[in-house]
Amino acid sequence: MSQEGLLRPGIIQLRVLDMEEAITHYVERIGLDLVSKEADGRVYLKAYDEFHHHSVVLREADRAGIDYFAFKADCQASVDAFRKRIEAWGLAVDDVPAGEQPATGARIGFTIPSGHRIELFAEMALSENGPETHNPFVWKTEPRGMRAQRLDHCLLYGPNIDKVEEFFTRVLDFHLPERVDLPDGTLAIWMTVSNKAHDIAFVKHPEPGKLHHVAFFLENWNDIGHAADLMSRYDISRDVGPTRHGITRGQTIYFFDPSGNRNEVFCGGYTAYKDHPTRVWDGNHVGRGIFYYERQLNDAFLTVVT
Amino acid sequence: MPQSLSEGGFRVTIKGAEAPVICRAEQKLLFAIEEQVPFPHPRPVRVGCRKGGCGACRIKVTSGDYVTAKMSRDHVTEAEERQGFALACRLTPQSDLEIETAFLGPRRGHEGQND
Repeated sequence: MSQEGLLRPGIIQLRVLDMEEAITHYVERIGLDLVSKEADGRVYLKAYDEFHHHSVVLREADRAGIDYFAFKADCQASVDAFRKRIEAWGLAVDDVPAGEQPATGARIGFTIPSGHRIELFAEMALSENGPETHNPFVWKTEPRGMRAQRLDHCLLYGPNIDKVEEFFTRVLDFHLPERVDLPDGTLAIWMTVSNKAHDIAFVKHPEPGKLHHVAFFLENWNDIGHAADLMSRYDISRDVGPTRHGITRGQTIYFFDPSGNRNEVFCGGYTAYKDHPTRVWDGNHVGRGIFYYERQLNDAFLTVVT
Repeated sequence: MPQSLSEGGFRVTIKGAEAPVICRAEQKLLFAIEEQVPFPHPRPVRVGCRKGGCGACRIKVTSGDYVTAKMSRDHVTEAEERQGFALACRLTPQSDLEIETAFLGPRRGHEGQND
């Protein structure tokens, strides 16, 4: 294969204040499938179009936010090689043994200069409830709620964005389709390890380790409208949209889960190859970059994080 | 028993705001503020996630009785809760209230990490 090393986002573990409310939101509204509830209280979810065992882990806690974001590698040798490069760059790496989560192999973890925990792993069993692979239908059972197809990316807020960019591009082999540069430095970066427009993004922020949003992929713009219909019907706290981003060109709507973690469902977005140049936005045009139709930023979108 | 339930709700006086907000029984305070101070008027309390996670609507209650649903401890610690701090999106008045805003911005910025 031509894509080696890291392949894609694999797991996000989110903290929620009330597990039952969270399950209703992520399963009935966003449309993820409930894979299992384990003895330690964590709940495992996957989208209907994902092949592997799970992609979203919910953990009940007394504060909202993100525990970690994990990328899946093509093989254990790649994870071992990344470990050496990460340690050489100066980060401490710890081990999470196989079986810490169901159907999941050993993981390595480390804290990047923005204060977020990132993990890498190679092994996860295929789901018994994944998409068909032999003369497949587009789905086996009609999707629920917003019909999310996959965990897509997250946007994280924290300090030291320049160091984060260096780490992801030089150590983890990401490339950088888009960025926002202000006179006093880089405000935001969108990075990908595949050819999606983004697998992970960061915005400069004084408080480390914060979650701006986790995003799920929908099939098309009509599904964004359907998601908005569900938000009004079920009184989901809507943030912004439906609208489009200039950055990534994705079509989108933002809302909050019952613990205040921001969610996005989006579709579209361009294809990003490693030999493409980075698109750069400056402070005079960043409003159009973030919200292409409104052409201006809103305060809550910029500052509200968990 | 409610101490006062005038005009179908409790009167919430917000320090620095022009008019009080009337909060219906069982209604969360932030939703009463959003209803009664509609966009584009500047709201006396910031609106964020509306779900107890982000801390944008952090307030201090200086007078009155209320109950709260679960709030992220990043924004209201147990000690702060005892001192009257709360998130308006998780607070239901049990009497007329007097409040003031107490939004903190990023709380736990580490010195030197944003260079």
